[in-house]
Amino acid sequence: MLTLENVSFEVQAEKGQKEIIRNMNLTIDDHKFVVITGPNGGGKSTLAKLIAGIEKPTSGKIYFNGTDITDISITDRANLGISFAFQQPVRFKGIQVLDLIRLAAKKQLSAADACQYLSEVGLCAKDYINREVNGSLSGGELKRIEIATVLARGTEMSVFDEPEAGIDLWSFQNLIQVFERMRRKTDGSILIISHQERILNIADEIVVIANGQITKQGPKEEILPQLLGTTSAVDACDRFYQGGKQS
Amino acid sequence: MIDQIQQRILEEVADLHVVPEGAYNIRANGESAARNTTANIDIISKTDMSGIDVRIKPGTKHESVHIPVVLSESGIKEVVYNDFYIGEDSDVVIVAGCGIHNCGNQDSQHDGIHRFYVGKNAKVKYVEKHYGEGDGNGKRILNPVTEVYMEEGSSMEMEMVQIKGVDSTDRKTFAELAAGAKMVVRERLLTHGSQYAVSDYVVKLNGEDSSADVVSRSVAKDHSYQKFDSQLVGNAKCTGHTECDAIIMGNARILAIPQLEANDLDAALIHEAAIGKIAGEQIIKLMTLGLTEEEAEAQIVNGFLK
Repeated sequence: MLTLENVSFEVQAEKGQKEIIRNMNLTIDDHKFVVITGPNGGGKSTLAKLIAGIEKPTSGKIYFNGTDITDISITDRANLGISFAFQQPVRFKGIQVLDLIRLAAKKQLSAADACQYLSEVGLCAKDYINREVNGSLSGGELKRIEIATVLARGTEMSVFDEPEAGIDLWSFQNLIQVFERMRRKTDGSILIISHQERILNIADEIVVIANGQITKQGPKEEILPQLLGTTSAVDACDRFYQGGKQS
Repeated sequence: MIDQIQQRILEEVADLHVVPEGAYNIRANGESAARNTTANIDIISKTDMSGIDVRIKPGTKHESVHIPVVLSESGIKEVVYNDFYIGEDSDVVIVAGCGIHNCGNQDSQHDGIHRFYVGKNAKVKYVEKHYGEGDGNGKRILNPVTEVYMEEGSSMEMEMVQIKGVDSTDRKTFAELAAGAKMVVRERLLTHGSQYAVSDYVVKLNGEDSSADVVSRSVAKDHSYQKFDSQLVGNAKCTGHTECDAIIMGNARILAIPQLEANDLDAALIHEAAIGKIAGEQIIKLMTLGLTEEEAEAQIVNGFLK
């Protein structure tokens, strides 16, 4: 169980301090699939980074299974059981997909075992296992590999920061199936930041964040109908058509 | 005879755990320690100077030559001339390499001058590894000179690796390519402490449709210094690419000078050079997988130099 207690996060801006997260209280229960949505700039990605330890709160406390993790490092949080998939996956010259999955799994997986994680995210494993995690991979491929590293870790808590960002519609449709499968198979908690209706639709619980605060929170059945038609729940095809009109 | 220290160094520079198959010449502390020739590959000591001639018969396929050098006594300084005559249509692997174990206070230095005469349509893979160890105050110095003369349609792939322990290197590589000849160079270098490494390439693309690809990946740590100077000269219709990609750490310094010279309208030449520190987000990503900052850094460097 993950608990945020009165968490605030401020950054230095031109006109003094700017509050990105304000006094937030949030609990993610075990085995839950929670989707966080809300307008851009509302503090969602910052929240994910605060959980992973990439940012430290200005005030407040974060607890993971009862342990105060507010001041511990990214590494220690990872080893306690928190995984984080980046919105923009990082590229590494020379490090192969197999290396990265082995590092994630923390053991010398056989190539065949590592391939299973790639197949899980819809990549034809043998084509990718020896590829370098560099600029030769497309945004969609990198995203899938990023998700595969989180699967390989198999931790209690997995946080995904906007898995739909930066990939094309075709890749996204396939990616949704990955999350639907994860929803069925994983017994850990999953926290996804997303605007996508189809991802919101498989949530147990939806949290809406705007201006650094939680504005709505509750079961999908209750929250989703309120969001449909707003930018917090975008239909993938709408996005496609809007993009078409603009161009 | 090969002792334990020398055996370990041989493993480092030539991946030799046992006596290699095929032709070999092992040089230890200034003398030839072991040699084997085959029906197709002959190794002959030079009579006028230190070194060997390696003669590979035309049409020799899938054979290898190992010529590692080991210095394990402090204070040895040697200049060795090795010439390779690679017959037409042959396909061979040549593994050179020099390891220095210096526990003493005198400098140890090996300057290997290698000349390759690659016959028509011959294919060569050349691997050269440098390695140094030992905690003495004496420096470990390697100054290799490589000259490659490639005839029509020949190809040469060179893998040059220097990962640890060599205090000072001044490497010079010169190549001339005839029509249709193809050269690929992959250099990997890691310097640390106050090491100094200079690598200088001049590749002349003289024949029509010749091509060269000279790529260096390096990491400079601590107070070390690296200079990569790569010059491609297009004297005919040809293609050339040279690239230097370096990670800088600590107080190291790196100078990259890719140079292109086109003396023909149809010479297509490209250079790229990049120097930068390890990206913070790379370290953060690996930390989210449970690695410490130091482990993350080591993984990034290892991957980069792999």
